[in-house]
Amino acid sequence: MKSLKAQQHILSDVHRQLEILEKGNNDKGAYLLVPFQQKLEESGLFPLTPLGTEILQVNVGKMCNQVCRHCHVDAGPDRKEIMTRQTMQECLDVIDKDSSIRTVDLTGGAPELNPDFRWFVEEIRKRGRHIIVRCNLTIILSNKRFYDLPDFFKANQIEVVSSLPFYTRDRTDRQRGDGVFEDSIKALQMLNAVGYGLEGSELKLNLVYNPAGAFLPPSQAALEKEFKLALKKDFGISFHALFAITNLPISRFLDYLLESGNYEKYMEKLLAAYNPNAAANVMCRNTISVSWDGYIYDCDFNQMLDMKVDCMSKHISSYDPHVLSKRSIVVNQHCFGCTAGAGSSCGGTVV
Amino acid sequence: MENHYYNAKDLGKFGSIADFQKPMAGKFFAWYGEVFGEGSLSAREKSLIALAVAHAVQCPYCIDAYSSDAFEKGWSEAQMMEAVHVSAAIKGGAALVHGVQMMNKVKEVAM
Repeated sequence: MKSLKAQQHILSDVHRQLEILEKGNNDKGAYLLVPFQQKLEESGLFPLTPLGTEILQVNVGKMCNQVCRHCHVDAGPDRKEIMTRQTMQECLDVIDKDSSIRTVDLTGGAPELNPDFRWFVEEIRKRGRHIIVRCNLTIILSNKRFYDLPDFFKANQIEVVSSLPFYTRDRTDRQRGDGVFEDSIKALQMLNAVGYGLEGSELKLNLVYNPAGAFLPPSQAALEKEFKLALKKDFGISFHALFAITNLPISRFLDYLLESGNYEKYMEKLLAAYNPNAAANVMCRNTISVSWDGYIYDCDFNQMLDMKVDCMSKHISSYDPHVLSKRSIVVNQHCFGCTAGAGSSCGGTVV
Repeated sequence: MENHYYNAKDLGKFGSIADFQKPMAGKFFAWYGEVFGEGSLSAREKSLIALAVAHAVQCPYCIDAYSSDAFEKGWSEAQMMEAVHVSAAIKGGAALVHGVQMMNKVKEVAM
């Protein structure tokens, strides 16, 4: 499977995505969803403002060994956008000057595919910040040079956050590709073997669930219990927490929604589940997202829609904590994905 | 008025039964919510039971609601279809076991 970009798919144009989100997929404009801004206004949250940057989320590149059907990044082996060491250095300079940043969250693509990934991790580590790596698990088994990743993660006290859409093969492979479940299980066992995910262990291993279809995640707590029971019983695997994440109508998931005729119903479902408490706790209020080429966004989703921050600090080279703290967060219809039900963030539910 | 008995959109209007009788609707929905929450049985297990019962009572609204709900709660297509077979088997068995009553009656009246 190729990325939408490699297919020259119409949705690889973010303007088309935004047009669908704002005006619907009907050329006659018959479908209009309540604007997200209006819901924020009703909740007394518009304009949405930051509460202080605690997390710097860095997308080090769109290259990935997997091509997941729901991927909002449109990542895959054919994506060549990779963060350079120079841009990484600019991120390190920001970490040096902004002490409010406590956590650096590395994502992609598969972040490990960036040739400077290990150097970057070690440099962040020297600066005493907590590091999260969003590891897709299968990367560990994809090539001999990645077999030692569990040890590398351990040596740098990295928190590993990994997608495992479900504890059964069928549902996982349907979303992430044939054979992904089996390799993910092996990788989890390798992580457990070095101490990750074990009860009482400081080596945090958290899993991410996201729905394999046009529906919202069920209760995170109930799901975590089921995942723990099933993975332990069937494969002897332990992990710490499960984050239930809602799929946002962006890129390949948007493509799936449109192709399957679920787009409007899904958006209505997100709207009906709008929760003002979740809206007050959205992750963009304490996170800054940096793209492979150094631009700054309110979140990874805005990044994929090329909606840069609404202030002068648009690039990591001109990062100014004061300027960023005064900005209004840029919102659009996809934001309904983070405010539905118990809310959704890179750390799971928010209420 | 729509010229048929069932309308898929009516499921979304279930709550409006309170318009004609609020206190009873209030009690029903509170009880319903409690029934389907986590208990000695998990919400996930209850969802599959509801799916089977939905087929037994042949309620299209319930079938729509619990097909989605059971899938969302992680039951596979095969598991859901087996639940429907359980429902059908009980319904089929319920009809057939009356065959014994038929036999009894026939034996009673036949020479």
